Amino acid sequence: MIQNVAEMMSHIFIQRAVLVGVLISLCAALLGVSLVLKRYSMIGDGLSHVGFGVLTVATAFGASTPLYIAIPCVTISAIVLLKIGNNSRIKSDSAIALISSSALAIGVAATSLTTGMNTDVCNFMFGSILAMSHTDVVISIVVSIIVAVLFIVYYRKLFVVTFDENFAKASGLKANRYTNIIAVLTALIIVVGMRMMGVMLISSIIIFPALTSMRIFKSFKKVIISSAIISVVSFLIGIYLSYIYNISTGAMIVIVNLVLFILFSIIEKIKN
Amino acid sequence: MDLIQIKDLSFSYPTKKDTLKNININVEQGKFTCIVGENGSGKSTLLKCILGLNKGYTGEIIKEQHIGYLPQKSEIQAHFPATIEEVVLSGTISNNVRSIFYKKEDKENAKKVMQKLGIYDVRKTCFADLSGGQQQRVLIARALCATKSIIVLDEPTNGLDPSIARQIYELLNTLKNEENITILMVSHDIERALNYADKVIEIENGVVTYNGEIEKYHNKHCECPCHHHDEEKEDGGAK
Repeated sequence: MIQNVAEMMSHIFIQRAVLVGVLISLCAALLGVSLVLKRYSMIGDGLSHVGFGVLTVATAFGASTPLYIAIPCVTISAIVLLKIGNNSRIKSDSAIALISSSALAIGVAATSLTTGMNTDVCNFMFGSILAMSHTDVVISIVVSIIVAVLFIVYYRKLFVVTFDENFAKASGLKANRYTNIIAVLTALIIVVGMRMMGVMLISSIIIFPALTSMRIFKSFKKVIISSAIISVVSFLIGIYLSYIYNISTGAMIVIVNLVLFILFSIIEKIKN
Repeated sequence: MDLIQIKDLSFSYPTKKDTLKNININVEQGKFTCIVGENGSGKSTLLKCILGLNKGYTGEIIKEQHIGYLPQKSEIQAHFPATIEEVVLSGTISNNVRSIFYKKEDKENAKKVMQKLGIYDVRKTCFADLSGGQQQRVLIARALCATKSIIVLDEPTNGLDPSIARQIYELLNTLKNEENITILMVSHDIERALNYADKVIEIENGVVTYNGEIEKYHNKHCECPCHHHDEEKEDGGAK
């Protein structure tokens, strides 16, 4: 196995993927805990579809670094989605369904008009570690560091806002600001991570680690720490298996997450 | 001394005009004040205005800076992974919003409050696993971490057994007497709540219809059956 790992890590593109993947998995897990607890799990899914729409349109028009266009667009969508969820006649689950299918449709239409369904589009859908350019790596690292730092700085406030928004507001916290921060950070992680994981699979690395940890751990801090560990470990196992058995990386990571989820659920049942 | 003064407060929701009309009330220090009224009378709206959760009211609210708040139960908390300690400690957030970590004095304070309320030994227990009454106890502890003077409660005994509800009222009464904490509570549960209250504010359709001492309120409503309480019997029935 050590030999396999050494061989795997000798490829530059895998080194890049491992670096970016570890950072993204870590951040996705941190954000995931808040999103799952606030019942915003589906936002990840919605945003990834918006990301797909924007990336394909940008690529169709020949943008050299589509990420530069995707990041602001998805960020704006994230804030809009949360606003809709808070106070509107269209409820957030319907809003997410509307926005995500519309974005997907526009993306698909744009590709049909230009290049057709080629490997690029397929890569957006299901992810590819080969798709990472040098710019992508740099952006991923910067974004991940921002997410991690903001998370630590706002940790206390995020807890209060997630646990009890009204209490947070009455304590003088600008609860909406922190919700927006979570939305924007989620948007960033999704755009950056979907190149590797794929549009269809990226939301799972946000949701799975949090849900898995919550099977066993009962304190907020432990859930956060365990999510981060589970996320990174699943990524590493996933990428290793994907290399050995030549399976799509994104899919393999999700499967590892699923296995861990089932394992933790069984442990929970036994404990009770 | 008044910890909260409300002058000429009016508030309308976009969908409902005049939810509150020309409210003039005050909350006296060291008293247990109970806001009563039917569903939709505007009592929770009034509370939200006091706490700054409802913006865009007219009139004036002068209030203590640090108010400990116990909101109505939210669905999110039912499966939330958080220990008692984490929840109680989070009450101190308003003391230092800026800092990244909890300060030592906040931790000390939270510890004292938990000891006082008899939840220190179980502080590592998950909040969601507690009974309804214990959860309210923890949330009262959290409110006490946010303030040294006044706690504001929104229907704290909703969904609790009568005997457990009585324990919550007893606890509030003890806090009032021993720690000089002012209590402002919105309640449906008029009959029991009024056993402990010093003052009553009654709201109907957004207007204050009674504001004063508890005794006179009983006299005013002597034809109303609700305060002919028979607590012994009720508690006996719950057991």
